[in-house]
Amino acid sequence: MSIDHATVRHIARLARLAVAEEELPRLAGELGRVLELADQLAVTGADVEPMAHPHEQTLAWRPDLVTETDRADALLALAPETRGGLYLVPKVIE
Amino acid sequence: MASRTVAQLAQDLRAQRTSAAALLDASLARADALAALNAFITVDATGARAAAARADASLQQGRASALCGIPFAHKDIFCTSGIRTTCASRMLGNFVAPYDAAAVERLRDNGAVMLGKTNMDEFAMGSSNENSAFGPVRNPWDAARVPGGSSGGSAAAVAAGIVSFATGTDTGGSIRQPAAFCGITGLKPTYGRVSRWGMIAFASSLDCGGVLARSAEDCAHVLAAMAGHDARDATSVERPCDDYVAALSTTLKGIRVGIAREYLGAGVEAGVAAAVQAALAQLEKLGARLVDITLPNAALAIPAYYVIAPAEASSNLARYDGVRYGQRCAEPKSLEDLYTRSRAEGFGAEVQRRILVGTYALSAGYYDAYYLRAQRARRLIANDFVEAFTQVDLIAGPTTPTTAFRLGEKTGDPLAMYAADVNTVAVNLAGLPAISLPAGFVPTESGVGLPVGLQLIAPAFAEARLLAAAHQFQQATDFHLREPGS
Repeated sequence: MSIDHATVRHIARLARLAVAEEELPRLAGELGRVLELADQLAVTGADVEPMAHPHEQTLAWRPDLVTETDRADALLALAPETRGGLYLVPKVIE
Repeated sequence: MASRTVAQLAQDLRAQRTSAAALLDASLARADALAALNAFITVDATGARAAAARADASLQQGRASALCGIPFAHKDIFCTSGIRTTCASRMLGNFVAPYDAAAVERLRDNGAVMLGKTNMDEFAMGSSNENSAFGPVRNPWDAARVPGGSSGGSAAAVAAGIVSFATGTDTGGSIRQPAAFCGITGLKPTYGRVSRWGMIAFASSLDCGGVLARSAEDCAHVLAAMAGHDARDATSVERPCDDYVAALSTTLKGIRVGIAREYLGAGVEAGVAAAVQAALAQLEKLGARLVDITLPNAALAIPAYYVIAPAEASSNLARYDGVRYGQRCAEPKSLEDLYTRSRAEGFGAEVQRRILVGTYALSAGYYDAYYLRAQRARRLIANDFVEAFTQVDLIAGPTTPTTAFRLGEKTGDPLAMYAADVNTVAVNLAGLPAISLPAGFVPTESGVGLPVGLQLIAPAFAEARLLAAAHQFQQATDFHLREPGS
């Protein structure tokens, strides 16, 4: 499985990872080799039901009650930049 | 003193031959003397002293659990309120969680004394503990070798006698493989048996909290404290827990142990195969009946795992965006620049590689060829176990095909590193419980030899059977009592 540089750039964009141009050849090679491993999965027939999870369980119900307390201050305290109870990021709309 | 088992220490504490404070002092001194192992990311001496004082008070009042006053460590993937939780990543280098993980609450409620947080592979991705932003951990049996991963710091801390037990997590072998490499006992419970609340997510359909300790008996005590339903984790099961400690006395008489030929193939080192064969003969001597079985889809486990785990990781790790917590790049020029540079700076090479593989496998046009196929392979692997467990009660084989490899030996080749998980990942894909226990040693030039792990696998929720079999083996052998470089 060979992966070209444009594909690595596209995937890195989807994953929101900054990748330097000079890293592209190494990453393309490594991703190609890992994905080659996955080619061994081609033997599985389309008639096999996919398994997403170990337990075939339905989601549990809980009483419709307020259980969470207001921890806004503790959570905001973890952020690199906040103001007036809001997370700050660079301006999106000029 | 810290190298003694939980069971021994609990007796000593009750007979007032020692105190929680004295045990803690010994543990702290040993952690300090063995700092070169790099087993810890954070040591919390202050918090530990307070916990030891509380434990001594409980012991005096005679209302203490089996773990009360015992020094232990948490893998640095379990959130601890007030003490940083890094997941061995630059991304979370200064992260102090605003709450405790369920495993942290439960062990504290049992009076166990947390010494600190152990080193690991970044976000639990790795099999050698070399993918840590805090540097690699060294194997107590041979400092030139890896302790295994990702729970490498927990394994090294227990093997070196710094603590009596440590928590770990196992997504593809991250408890069992380091336990095997470090000559200790490591239990991965059934998926859903231990709450994942507050355990930093890697691959949510595979992640499982568990324990590394000196013996199966100690694992039983710790599992009894950690296991049970938790409404805060939607995948936590409501089923009642067995009495793991009481079950230890169940003998191996009549237990059918399946030997899967796929786990004893050509890739297994001769010394490992010999030790495992001898261990199987010992099980037979104890009354078990060995039965040849086959797991025909075993070869699909590594490829399926290395699609499913990265796919889930790419989704789970999308939360690290440099906005709400964690690493943020300097002077972002735009929101996009903030995301992409913060993530590139915060994540190490292996984590970035898995995010990229997972993103590719889930991306438009490739989903069916990768993710869906891997999920089909997962079904075939799980069905192999269902079939096998109609004929046997347990499955046995080597935990790993080799003993601990050298630092740097596999870092240049991700695929060679992934192959270290060949005997462990299928268990996670199927969600089953498994244990690795010391089964012998492979001699080395330097003398002491390197430990070999025997893996036992049980049907879902049969932890009691697994622990009993391991305990019976340990009653007849002394591999688990041997200590490195003493």
